[in-house]
Amino acid sequence: MTHQHTGGRASEPAAEIDGDAAAAFLSHEGRPESLRHAPGPYFGDYGGRWMPESLIAALDELQETFEAAKADPEFTAQVAELNATYAGRPSLLTEAKSFAAHAGGVRVFLKREDLNHTGSHKINNVLGQALLAKRMGKTRVIAETGAGQHGVASATAAALLGLECVVYMGAEDTRRQALNVARMQLLGAEVIPVTNGSQTLKDAINDALRDWVANVDTTHYLLGTAAGAHPFPAMVRYFHEVIGEEARAQILEQTGKLPDAVCACVGGGSNAIGIFHGFLDDPSVRLYGFEAGGDGVESGRHAATITLGRPGVLHGARSYLMQDEYGQTMESHSISAGLDYPGVGPEHAYLADIGRASYEPVTDREAMDAFKLLCRTEGIIPAIETAHALGGALKVGQRLAADLAPGEQPGDKVIIVNLSGRGDKDVATAAEYFDLLPDDSAEQEIAKEGEQL
Amino acid sequence: MKTLSSKAAAAVEKARSEGRAALIGYLPAGFPDVPTTIEAALAMAANGVDLIEIGIPYSDPVMDGRVIQDATVQALAAGFTVPQIFDVVRGITSATDVPVLVMTYWNPVMRMGVREFASRLAEAGGAGLITPDLIPDEAAEWMAVSDEFGLDRVFLVAPSTSPARMRSTVEASRGFVYGVSVMGITGARTSVGAAARAVVDDAHAAGAERVCVGLGVSSAAQVAEIARYADGVIVGTALVAALRDGGVPAVAALCKDLSTGTGKNPS
Ligand SMILES: Cc1ncc(COP(=O)(O)O)c(C=O)c1O
Repeated sequence: MTHQHTGGRASEPAAEIDGDAAAAFLSHEGRPESLRHAPGPYFGDYGGRWMPESLIAALDELQETFEAAKADPEFTAQVAELNATYAGRPSLLTEAKSFAAHAGGVRVFLKREDLNHTGSHKINNVLGQALLAKRMGKTRVIAETGAGQHGVASATAAALLGLECVVYMGAEDTRRQALNVARMQLLGAEVIPVTNGSQTLKDAINDALRDWVANVDTTHYLLGTAAGAHPFPAMVRYFHEVIGEEARAQILEQTGKLPDAVCACVGGGSNAIGIFHGFLDDPSVRLYGFEAGGDGVESGRHAATITLGRPGVLHGARSYLMQDEYGQTMESHSISAGLDYPGVGPEHAYLADIGRASYEPVTDREAMDAFKLLCRTEGIIPAIETAHALGGALKVGQRLAADLAPGEQPGDKVIIVNLSGRGDKDVATAAEYFDLLPDDSAEQEIAKEGEQL
Repeated sequence: MKTLSSKAAAAVEKARSEGRAALIGYLPAGFPDVPTTIEAALAMAANGVDLIEIGIPYSDPVMDGRVIQDATVQALAAGFTVPQIFDVVRGITSATDVPVLVMTYWNPVMRMGVREFASRLAEAGGAGLITPDLIPDEAAEWMAVSDEFGLDRVFLVAPSTSPARMRSTVEASRGFVYGVSVMGITGARTSVGAAARAVVDDAHAAGAERVCVGLGVSSAAQVAEIARYADGVIVGTALVAALRDGGVPAVAALCKDLSTGTGKNPS
């Protein structure tokens, strides 16, 4: 695969990336004054609607419904009410003092999306979209899922709001994540194992799209990340903006200033864009997205889409894409099912190109080291997706500490990490990774498979 | 809809002049291998098919049902690569006058470069492209390049297409407009339903001179039903299944049978 870039982000040393990014962002060359609330359909050269005509009417209807809902105080009040009384928002901002000792001694704060109902940021988006489905008079929602987080969140919102729910999930994943399948079924959802193509998350999205084409009159496609055709990227971001809004207010209250850096993991990019959004117009705040580096980007077994992909179209949007020289989508690899996707949301592609945010790979190993560290130092078991953000934050903290101005202390520097989810779902994978399971135990058999996600 | 030097339009018009709807047959390239695709396409041409549609196997065919997915997965697994499409097209056009349209999802074209792809397709004697996941709104580059190389651009319209989009899509198309018969994906259906007729009528009303109907058509009886109101009938899954189960002779036999249904005024 050739690696042609519009910018040289991935291959340059980190310190230079930071300098270039800040300079490029501050120069404001040819881009709007504010980066917040970008409406789509395009984010620079990315985004759009690379979709079958059959679905365009549904995308139009969704866009109209979404625009009207945003302007309707009743809708925004409904979302706020569900967030407050059901999802458990606002989520906490917790200072991780012992973990921070490993990050060059800078201060590290965790935005606790893991404390939301269902255990991750995903709930923000599903509640919003399920409400929109109801406004459109749809009675059925469909969703794709990898490990099951978004599937469980979708099933939850559907149960709450009285919608039928069908979740597409790779056949392999349904076996590895049997408990998550059971959770979805307990919540009343039907889980359909996907046996097409590579039988992974991207094929689950393909099958969900095929279902949507055939059932669009009654059905809303509840896409789980800030990717896909317009209006999905802007809409999913809208429902996650609350993460960044809360985090910005909380950090100002707790430290009296803006953070130096905000770190998040990037699968399709929903938790990252949600927290980034609060800080997009604060040029002093550096934004870092951490992609799944798998076995290492040089191994070819990774999901580092922005780092190594090149622009293309998949699932309705033009964005960075892991593809071979002929434009066939490549299979991604990561220990984390939620990051194991060969595409990425178009707004991230744009933020990468203009240098507003930096994207770097974090390997399975770095992520699992950070996973263990957070467990031991803070008593918080993170999702393995989230562990990539933590692994990246350790590096960012060390770089900040190595690059202090005269008279500055490491403790003057502040990083926020989006703790996108809790790790209960990942205990089997982690136990196997750290060799905690007795040989030949049933758990070990399950975990062995889980580890190959 | 521009008719200027369109190979696809000429094929549909020729059928019309014979009092028929055009029969359009689809097969994916490289299934089970490149020589067989060419052989099967020539068998279609010799057995009543007016226009040949060859698909490029792609990793994420969201508009395709199981039969075509399985065939394209097999083609890719057997090593088919995108540039071989030009060998397939050349192999067919060098042996028959029946025009060849390529059906492709957009990313492989983007990856090669739209201009490069178009120039090689034109050089191979191809008529143009059918683009299931490219709408005219995103097609600025393809519009310019297809004009430059005189290639047909067949966009799709569906039962869900709004009147405004119907007009703009008809306007953007050259060769014919592809009317999707049902809200769904490719795959044989026992009935194509009333939606197909409405799509064709709407497209004609929006100014389309040629509207061909595809998705779900598998029998001569269905061809006959659609031929009464449409300018062409597109058969895909049934031909792929025939090739899978009975090889090239089965494709020839099915085409012969399907072509009995194309008459506009069956006696
Ligand atoms: C906890 C958690 N974090 C992050 C992700 C990655 O998704 P996104 O990039 O859309 O935030 C997932 C996806 O399943 C997840 O479960």
